Amino acid sequence: MPLLSFLIAFPLVAAVILLLVRSDKQRLVIVKIAAAVVAATAVITAAVFFKSGTVNIKINSEAFSRIVLILEIVLCGVIAFLSFRAKRILVGLLSITETALIVWFELAVGESLTVQADVVIDHLVIIMILIVGIIGSTITVYALGYMKDFQEKEKDVADRRPFFFFVMYLFLAAMFGLVLSNNLLNMYFCWEVTSFSSFLLIGYTGTKEAEHNSFRALWMNLLGGLAFAVAIVMLGCYDGTVEISRMIILGTKGADVVLPAALLVFAGLTKAAQMPFSSWLVGAMVAPTPTSALLHSSTMVKAGVFLIIRLGPVLGNNMAGILAMFAGSFTFLFASFAAISQSNGKKVLAYSTISNLGLIVCCAGIGTFESEWTAIMLVIFHAVSKSLMFLTVGTAEHHVGSRNIECFDGLFTKMPQLATCMVLGICAMFLAPFGMLISKWAAIKAFVDSGHALLLFALVFGSAATLFFWAKWLGKITAIVPEQKNVEKTVHGEEWFAIKGLSILTVITCVFFPMISSSVVVPYLKDIFHAATEVISEGNLITMSLMVIILVLLPVISSGHNKKKHTSINLSGVNAGSDVAFRGSISDTVPLSLRNWYLEDLFGEKKVMSLGNVVNIVTIAVVFSLLFGGMFHV
Amino acid sequence: MSKTLTAVLAGIAYVIFAPLLGGLLTGLDRKITAHVQRRKGPPVLQPFYDVFKLLGKENASINSAQDFYVGIFLLFTILSGIFFFTGGDILMVMLTATLAGVCLVVAAYSSNSPFSQMGAERELMQDMSYEPMLLVTAIGFYLVTGSFRVEKIISGPRVNIAFLPGIFIGLCFALIIKFRKSPFDISMSHEAHQEIVQGVVTEFSGPMLAMVQLAHWYENVVLFGIVALFFVWDAPWSFLLGLACCAGVFILGIVIDNSCARVKWQHMLRSSWIMTLAAGCVNLLVLMAMR
Repeated sequence: MPLLSFLIAFPLVAAVILLLVRSDKQRLVIVKIAAAVVAATAVITAAVFFKSGTVNIKINSEAFSRIVLILEIVLCGVIAFLSFRAKRILVGLLSITETALIVWFELAVGESLTVQADVVIDHLVIIMILIVGIIGSTITVYALGYMKDFQEKEKDVADRRPFFFFVMYLFLAAMFGLVLSNNLLNMYFCWEVTSFSSFLLIGYTGTKEAEHNSFRALWMNLLGGLAFAVAIVMLGCYDGTVEISRMIILGTKGADVVLPAALLVFAGLTKAAQMPFSSWLVGAMVAPTPTSALLHSSTMVKAGVFLIIRLGPVLGNNMAGILAMFAGSFTFLFASFAAISQSNGKKVLAYSTISNLGLIVCCAGIGTFESEWTAIMLVIFHAVSKSLMFLTVGTAEHHVGSRNIECFDGLFTKMPQLATCMVLGICAMFLAPFGMLISKWAAIKAFVDSGHALLLFALVFGSAATLFFWAKWLGKITAIVPEQKNVEKTVHGEEWFAIKGLSILTVITCVFFPMISSSVVVPYLKDIFHAATEVISEGNLITMSLMVIILVLLPVISSGHNKKKHTSINLSGVNAGSDVAFRGSISDTVPLSLRNWYLEDLFGEKKVMSLGNVVNIVTIAVVFSLLFGGMFHV
Repeated sequence: MSKTLTAVLAGIAYVIFAPLLGGLLTGLDRKITAHVQRRKGPPVLQPFYDVFKLLGKENASINSAQDFYVGIFLLFTILSGIFFFTGGDILMVMLTATLAGVCLVVAAYSSNSPFSQMGAERELMQDMSYEPMLLVTAIGFYLVTGSFRVEKIISGPRVNIAFLPGIFIGLCFALIIKFRKSPFDISMSHEAHQEIVQGVVTEFSGPMLAMVQLAHWYENVVLFGIVALFFVWDAPWSFLLGLACCAGVFILGIVIDNSCARVKWQHMLRSSWIMTLAAGCVNLLVLMAMR
């Protein structure tokens, strides 16, 4: 227990110190130490609780829940104040409504409820702690170098770095609290803190656009928070519990927990940026890159899918499960399509995150052994490779001068090491034998076995689109453009540390895929489902991890001996000396520039996203009208 | 034990004989096409002569990265075939083939040449067009035989085509793209007149081009193998039926190739996705309802 308190309290202390420290040099040291301590604590916690199986801990303290309640009211006050000041009354009212609901509940009903376990630690929680602890803290180290460049380049943006690092560490603490909570009341508080932190981070630059986008993120997540609060009230009043573990036991025994489950799924959908709430995540890219990296990979959106995965056993073939399955699979399909038409690197990453989360939500909603396995595996691989992608794009942006993929021409010659890491990240997102794709393979099997044909169709077409948009990006950066100046000498050491560290982590997780599965994920699922099925055979998994090793080693082996003759490219015989220009019609020299393919008229963002939003609004509306209709109709 | 031995032998046989078979098929294709066009055509062994000539040429490339990507393309194409002929998982076969395909695309991109990049993008468009149908095919086999493993798929009690007629038609459609036949040979074609020079292979020459050619032969043999899966069950003579049907698909491909003009990519994407939905997905729905 002291270990767990330290895990949550330490980032909080670090956050406060970082808020007070104004000197860049001191911050450099403090963040590095804090990141090391957070990562180490996460690893130690994982090691300690790994062997012990599921551990339930009860917090025997009246004062604790009182403090949480008071903090909740304070948080609500701050949100309301900021919203009213920005003349966004509705957002403030939303926050007040849900907090009032929770305060009423805690005072009127909360007293009579007995909580058996406030904290539950099982293998899923251990995975989440490792993701938050290792990836999250790596991103804060990256932010040191990135934010220095950022402040130098963006002169108009006030230098509020102490505040930035404060919020980042606050975020990590809230995430630890969230994944550890079994008591929904505590989880709700951490949930709101993550919503609020992401609001602060998105609005960092203080521009009109940033303010607009941050408030959009806030109201969407508060709406999810409201659903969360209603779910707590319903569970407490009708089923007499506020614990997830109790709720799952009741649900699997046949009690009707579908409505609260559906409300929690809805909360998860908002947090995981599923359509129609995906716009907040796309809008989040106005913030400095470490923010996006944090939101997309290890925190925020992962909180949403974590909750839905947790609920897995009570989902499946009921309204709550159907909500997750359909909302998730439609999001997967439409977001993959939308990514095709984007040339802004961060936007492609945003849509790719949204689509991957859709797949995770969908798998979690099916609620079978196979699908939960897939969902957890996707969470792990997505966290590692997506953070890597964001960090490489962020650094490339500072050194190439744009985040547009079209400007990444010749990245392999301009920034060879960075481009190599980016290639690795892209491959890890969509190619066999890397983890993401093996998980998709498992998804196919899970969808067939659970008999959901519609989900399968979304999966096969969405996968084809995924292949297209990643491969064309891959092609863009692997193009070797001669005569380019190397510009990666000025990349900060902190950035290299994070980027290379995550690259290595990507390879390690892919190579040790079979072990992650057999030693962590399968035992967890065995506990939950009391049975095990083989998702992908051990033999296939090992073959895949051997293929990863071959793919990583091949470039190392094959480099070195190239005494071959090099010729110039085919420019229809009008090459102007080198391969970067040709002779035009009046014998002038025209520089060669190549552009990628975006299929705007077929997969235009506006068209695809509005279609997806409509489809999902209808899905959500139908599910809830059936559920609420069923509740009031006797 | 003997089962493992058979698998190993099949794998070795594939590595050795697939290029011979693939080359022979290409030669036959050219011969038949010539006859359709009332030409005499080259000898059946011409593709081999071509490849030997390419191998004897100077080993030149645009940059050294290109050699590397083409090398992986060949390696993983062969690997995917080995997975297939040793009775492995059909999804693994397809995923490895996709990896190989992406390597070819990246090899084309890496030269930073306009023709080559245009070919690479069109190749990706082809991938996106047929990919859903291939996955649907694998899922269809799984629904009928209860396994993704090739060895299980060919040893079922009944002939698979009886349950998968729609998927078979859809797959044949996708194979036109895969075999680079008109009307869908938009990323490269085997004809002299190609509107964008030679598309994805523009910047390959000599031994490297020979490797690309070799990889295509390996790939074609696996594709015919997938066609055969529809007709083979645990009756030993059904292998002959499988071979006969592969021959049928081969002839059909040549006929279509010679009677169609190349279409725009929009048409290819739309028609192959619609085909996947109408033939493949409907077939899947029926199978799922039957379960």
